[in-house]
Amino acid sequence: MVKLTLDGNNMEVPAGTTIYEAAKQVHIDIPVLCYMDLKDLNIRNSPGGCRICVVEVEGRRNLAPSCSTAVEEGMVVRTNSVRVLNARRTVMELILSDHPKDCLSCAKSGQCDLQNLAIRLGIRDIPGQEYAEMSTYRIDTSPSIIRELDKCIMCRRCETMCNDFQTVGALHAINRGFYAVVAPAFEMNLEHSPCTYCGQCVAVCPTGALTEVDHTGKVISALNDPTKIVVVQTAPAVRAALGEEFGMKPGTLVTGKMVTALRHLGFDYVFDTDFAADLTIMEEGTELLGRLTRFLEGDREVRLPILTSCCPGWVNFFEYHFPEMKDIPSTARSPQQMFGSIAKSYFAEKIGVDRNDMVVVSIMPCLAKKYECQREEFMVDGNPDVDISITTRELAHLIKQANLDLVNMTDGEFDQPLGESSGAGVIFGTTGGVIEAATRTAYEIYTGKQLEKIDFEQLRGLGGLRSATVDFEGQEIRIGIAHGLGNARKLLEEIKSGKSQYHAIEIMACPGGCIGGGGQPLHHGDASILSARAKAIYEEDRNKQIRKSHENPYIQELYREFLGEPMSEKAHALLHTHYFDRRKRVFQI
Amino acid sequence: MSETAVKSEPKKKQIRIALRNCGVINPGRIEDYIEKDGYLSLGRVVTELTPEESIEIVRESGLRGRGGAGFSTGLKWEFARRSKSDQKYVVCNADEGDPGAFMDRSILEGDPHSVLEAMAICGYAIGADTGFIYIRAEYPLAIERLKTAIAQAREFGFLGKRIFGTAFDFDISLKYGAGAFVCGEETALIHSMEGHRGEPSLKPPFPAESGYLGKPTNVNNVETFANIPVIFQRGPEWFKQIGTERSKGTKVFALAGKVNNVGLVEVPMGITIREVIFEIGGGIKDGKKFKAVQTGGPSGGCLTEKHLDTPIDYENLVACGSMMGSGGMIVMDEDDCMVSIAKFFLDFTVEESCGKCAPCRIGNKRLYELLDRICAGKGELEDLDRLRNLSEVIKDTSLCGLGQSSPNPVLSTLANFYDEYISHVVDKKCHAGVCRDLLEYFIVEENCVGCTACARACPVGAINGERKEPHVINPEICIKCGACMEKCKFDAVILR
Repeated sequence: MVKLTLDGNNMEVPAGTTIYEAAKQVHIDIPVLCYMDLKDLNIRNSPGGCRICVVEVEGRRNLAPSCSTAVEEGMVVRTNSVRVLNARRTVMELILSDHPKDCLSCAKSGQCDLQNLAIRLGIRDIPGQEYAEMSTYRIDTSPSIIRELDKCIMCRRCETMCNDFQTVGALHAINRGFYAVVAPAFEMNLEHSPCTYCGQCVAVCPTGALTEVDHTGKVISALNDPTKIVVVQTAPAVRAALGEEFGMKPGTLVTGKMVTALRHLGFDYVFDTDFAADLTIMEEGTELLGRLTRFLEGDREVRLPILTSCCPGWVNFFEYHFPEMKDIPSTARSPQQMFGSIAKSYFAEKIGVDRNDMVVVSIMPCLAKKYECQREEFMVDGNPDVDISITTRELAHLIKQANLDLVNMTDGEFDQPLGESSGAGVIFGTTGGVIEAATRTAYEIYTGKQLEKIDFEQLRGLGGLRSATVDFEGQEIRIGIAHGLGNARKLLEEIKSGKSQYHAIEIMACPGGCIGGGGQPLHHGDASILSARAKAIYEEDRNKQIRKSHENPYIQELYREFLGEPMSEKAHALLHTHYFDRRKRVFQI
Repeated sequence: MSETAVKSEPKKKQIRIALRNCGVINPGRIEDYIEKDGYLSLGRVVTELTPEESIEIVRESGLRGRGGAGFSTGLKWEFARRSKSDQKYVVCNADEGDPGAFMDRSILEGDPHSVLEAMAICGYAIGADTGFIYIRAEYPLAIERLKTAIAQAREFGFLGKRIFGTAFDFDISLKYGAGAFVCGEETALIHSMEGHRGEPSLKPPFPAESGYLGKPTNVNNVETFANIPVIFQRGPEWFKQIGTERSKGTKVFALAGKVNNVGLVEVPMGITIREVIFEIGGGIKDGKKFKAVQTGGPSGGCLTEKHLDTPIDYENLVACGSMMGSGGMIVMDEDDCMVSIAKFFLDFTVEESCGKCAPCRIGNKRLYELLDRICAGKGELEDLDRLRNLSEVIKDTSLCGLGQSSPNPVLSTLANFYDEYISHVVDKKCHAGVCRDLLEYFIVEENCVGCTACARACPVGAINGERKEPHVINPEICIKCGACMEKCKFDAVILR
């Protein structure tokens, strides 16, 4: 323990504690800007770059950044002396002097950490603004993400996510001094970089420098086109987070309210991606069992472990970084794409609509989904299975624009047949959920027995890399789980070197899985929000009557009426895909 | 003392330790270096002394880092020694970046073996078997000389395995820098060596705990290393009798600017600035009046007449509002405008800031803009307060030494030449005649014969006057091109 005095408080904290953390213990909230600490997830950004959190330490020549200065025995700290307050304000004025002032029309307005700090510090004037040069940079638009680096404040949070957590390496500081920005190597566009569109840079960007491509306008146009049948699907993680945009407590489930709001917005059919998640389990689970059975029968050609393929950020990752392993992941399409494919075939047939007259909109916690639905392999004669993918945040904007009071809305029910789902489909939204859902079904099919306990607690949690063994009546199934692409990379390296012990591995690109997706309401550095969302997801699962994908009656009907068997020829054509070597993408600028 | 040149025996005040062999030996021949007792110190250290004893000698000598900050070299070695690790590194910082400074280059080109020898001694002392010289790629000759020297030292067994038949192994290789000023900062240098962006990171952890590849690393500057073999040859007692109470030995300065003798000078600590400029430097050029001297490189401060008798050492220079830096010394005379000088140095730091921390990245730019406005006659009195506040905040909040010192030229000129700022801002005058926007062309009536040459030369018709009558320049129309002044044969056109 270390003794120190902080603003007159004599206190004792564990060695290694930062001044910022120590101050919190005595209810002193030092303002920070570049700093971010997602505690449970082991993600920390404290470059000491913004210098907003500086404090006065007795005996030191200069002010110290409290976010990255550890306490020392006998330290005397002042967080609000005139010297500190003047320095903080002056630095803030400097940052603002190089930041555009179009707050009213900025995509981040109201959610901007810089704006909030300006409010908190009571900034009323930026001296010398009239003649201060601004550092400018071209706007770069990719299928998912817009980079508007005039608004970049060099907090480097995106870099931490992209390099340290995701090990993608698409973003890095380039150029010097006043013209330093964060950009892909050689200043190429994001589209030509190794970017996976996971959107974690967007999720942590404190300003409007990194935002999603806004597709709400396209949705409004489609809804107002009388010639189109507009179908919407909502991903599992959306219902556990949407409420936050309306001031509800993190972890509040708004499934029914969301359905009502979507209906009010004018969607002709309100369906659930969870239905497609159940379908994914049927296909992926069958594929897993197939590979497993062949393996146990001694077939050494078969590739194990099988890797999940629901996450488009992850798919982009292995296509770029591990193309030589592209035959290992399941060929099952993601739930979003399975849904689109079934909606525009099975359901379109059912209601007698041509696929070209149907618009499928998806509400996703994800930015990579925007790119995924634009992939050519998910189109039929140029008509995409999913037309428009918008994020949870964009849906919130749509709801607000339509004057809908989500908080007080009555609960609605999804339409059928593509609105019914099992609890297994719901838990796709959190890390470990897909593999738990698959285990529930695979167990029963493999053993022919009913599960006594449906909850596989050993597969849950927020550890970045987890492993568990499930007993399939004498046959041990070893399962690996990773969220965050850096963790995924570790598992892939293991597989590559032949050291992997797993039969099946679930990988999600984002921290916490889809609940922490790049399209979710911003967590502003508070990791407890992700835990609350995960809790909500499991709660929704528990409340479901049906909790196993293969017991979903509409799934059974779909196979009976349309697909035949899982992995049938038709199922292959509609529900499976193949992967590409995208490493060369970077050279095709 | 008169400010005119005292040219007699300019060398008398100089003592050559770091530069002892430069220009004396053939740097391409290790034999020449050995003849000057080269590698004798290394031999003695590895065969007779324990690492602790070697560190004690360096500590005892009082040698402090010559790269700028002036930290005790012995202590630095001791910290690296104390760090427990399977691998440690010695790094020589040869990323000399101060404009006009070339002492490191001279040492590397003229006496490369002294640095190699010192690095090996350091390796022995701290427990490292690998050394790197981080050298800017713009120093091709120094690189060439170093390569030759390393090959020769290996051949002679001074580098490599089992040096002097002992169990001590040490080898050195080169790492090239791309010429970023900030890479002279040791954490930035280490990041650059690792292949990362050359930008500093917070200390602690210090390189002595976690440096290159996360291993304990001792970084010393070229000139610091060049002192080491001599300290072992002649003993710490000898070394520490040179210099002042707290700054021992000599310092190499790159004397430049409006002084008669420019170039490198190596002088004992404690010598006064006056002695350097007026005795060694031979006084101000063209008999002009001394105005200021800027020490410490681009982020040093400008000192004046009143500082001339200050004995040069680390503490005194800081107390005057400047610093030792790597040893730049630029002399200015009455024709220099101090506001422009501050602007000139800020221009450099704006270019060379890495951009990591906000005060340095944006603050220096804003300082530059303010100075630019003042030089352009657009400054207001409140700008001077802003300059001072901004400078102080940048110093107080920046992450590394670059930002912590970059406002020095502004603060020191504000402190020592405030009247010049006032005349720029209030009177809109630059008395040194440097800031073009503040000058006007004027025809002295008595000198003008009315030849009309100026009026005909003026491209904008700003000059009026009858033939054989004195002419007048209309300042509203004048674009300050200077054509009239060039044409006038009677010195009637002046700038004022």
